[in-house]
Amino acid sequence: MSQDEHPGLTREQLDPFAGKSCGPSRQSRDPIAPSDIRSWIDAIGDTNPIYVDDDASMATGRSSVIAPPAMLQVWSMAGLGGTSKSTTQDPRKELFALLDDAGFTSVVATNCEQEYLGDAVPGDWITTSEVIESVSDVKDTGLGRGHFITTVMSFTASPDPLGDGELIGRQRWRLFRFAPKNRGSGGQAGGDSDRPPRPRPAINRDNAFFFEGTLAGELRIQKCDSCGTLRHPPSPACGACQSFDWSTVAMSGRGTIHSFVVNHHPQVPAFDYPLVVALVDLEEGVRFVAEMPDTDREDVAIGLPVEVRYRKQEDDLVMPHFVLAEGSSQ
Amino acid sequence: MTSETSSSSLRPPLQASEVAIDDELPPLEIAIDRTFVIAAAIATRDYQDVHHDHEAAVKRGAPDIFLNILTTTGLVNRFVTDWAGPHARINKTAIRLGMPAHPGDTLTFTGTVTESADGVVTVSIDGTTARGSHASGSVTLSLSAVADSGDQR
Repeated sequence: MSQDEHPGLTREQLDPFAGKSCGPSRQSRDPIAPSDIRSWIDAIGDTNPIYVDDDASMATGRSSVIAPPAMLQVWSMAGLGGTSKSTTQDPRKELFALLDDAGFTSVVATNCEQEYLGDAVPGDWITTSEVIESVSDVKDTGLGRGHFITTVMSFTASPDPLGDGELIGRQRWRLFRFAPKNRGSGGQAGGDSDRPPRPRPAINRDNAFFFEGTLAGELRIQKCDSCGTLRHPPSPACGACQSFDWSTVAMSGRGTIHSFVVNHHPQVPAFDYPLVVALVDLEEGVRFVAEMPDTDREDVAIGLPVEVRYRKQEDDLVMPHFVLAEGSSQ
Repeated sequence: MTSETSSSSLRPPLQASEVAIDDELPPLEIAIDRTFVIAAAIATRDYQDVHHDHEAAVKRGAPDIFLNILTTTGLVNRFVTDWAGPHARINKTAIRLGMPAHPGDTLTFTGTVTESADGVVTVSIDGTTARGSHASGSVTLSLSAVADSGDQR
């Protein structure tokens, strides 16, 4: 992605969002129940008795059990049956739309900071309000180019659903809204001039025949001159009879998937992910590894027939890959 | 609520004199499985599909379902109070989010005391899996819930 393609939004566009409230404050649907706390400590595995045992909590100087501080945000969650968090009055909608239009379509949460100012206890109603604190200038990161958005939620607790609450905590939350790197279309050589080139294989006297083969549109495999065994990857001697004499034969390019992996991480910028890499039993009886860049992960299965295809990577370099054989897709 | 721990068996408060800078917290290892990811997502009322629906997570480009952030925050606080005991009061938890944690991963928390003054302690924490840093940051706590707390209720 070129920087010109995603110049980022200007301060003039962004500044009006700073300090804006994200819609009206919202109250929890129910007061805090001991069972809410129980489910949470069971899941988290927290054995601190102050969350479930009044006597133990009072022995620490507290007045009763308290809700785990880290549940602060839980009380603001809508749950499965709750109404959606964003309302038409939420300026984040407008901000996200602006960012989308500018090409910053992906989102990742980067920071979460909670400050605990008071304790929530069973029976408390929690009311949440949220403001946009800041939107950063455009930044370049490992993920790509984008803007950081920081919001601050404030939480108040009150035993009376209509009463004024006491401020019990704040949560500062940072998102990165970005244009992902590495998401070109297809990844064909020369197709996307902004992409970094793919790594070149190290070509030497042992394996040059292979790359001469792909340039000619053939999948050439070594064959031992004395015992006839096929071998791949290229090596100077036959693993079966130790002979140094060999020649090459062109394979049909057909085979079946012996196994495969789907690579998600680490990502090399020149490739598209998730990337299927297959270990193929060629029909001549030798195994061969290559990517399947045009095949969806859901369509790949062990035992499916595949065929080799070739793609020009550079003027003097052609690399093989596999596609599912005609009629084999599930 | 019913009493589960008699107050006499409660761990005594950690004293400021027992805490020194560079002290290491006992590590906490969590072997993450599907039940854990899903139970914690539901207990934190987070019904985003990537935290319970494998197919939906894969469709969105993840290898599997993964821990939600509210759970990570909960684990960080648990890790620190496991060490500091029930008298401690957490004042602030700030984490930077890294690689997602998936079923099959082991999430290991380590922590080091970086500041300690007047009964207020700051611990730097790292939660890592084989994929790399899952979360890192710091937790500030008062060793006694009562000493500096004006708003006990």
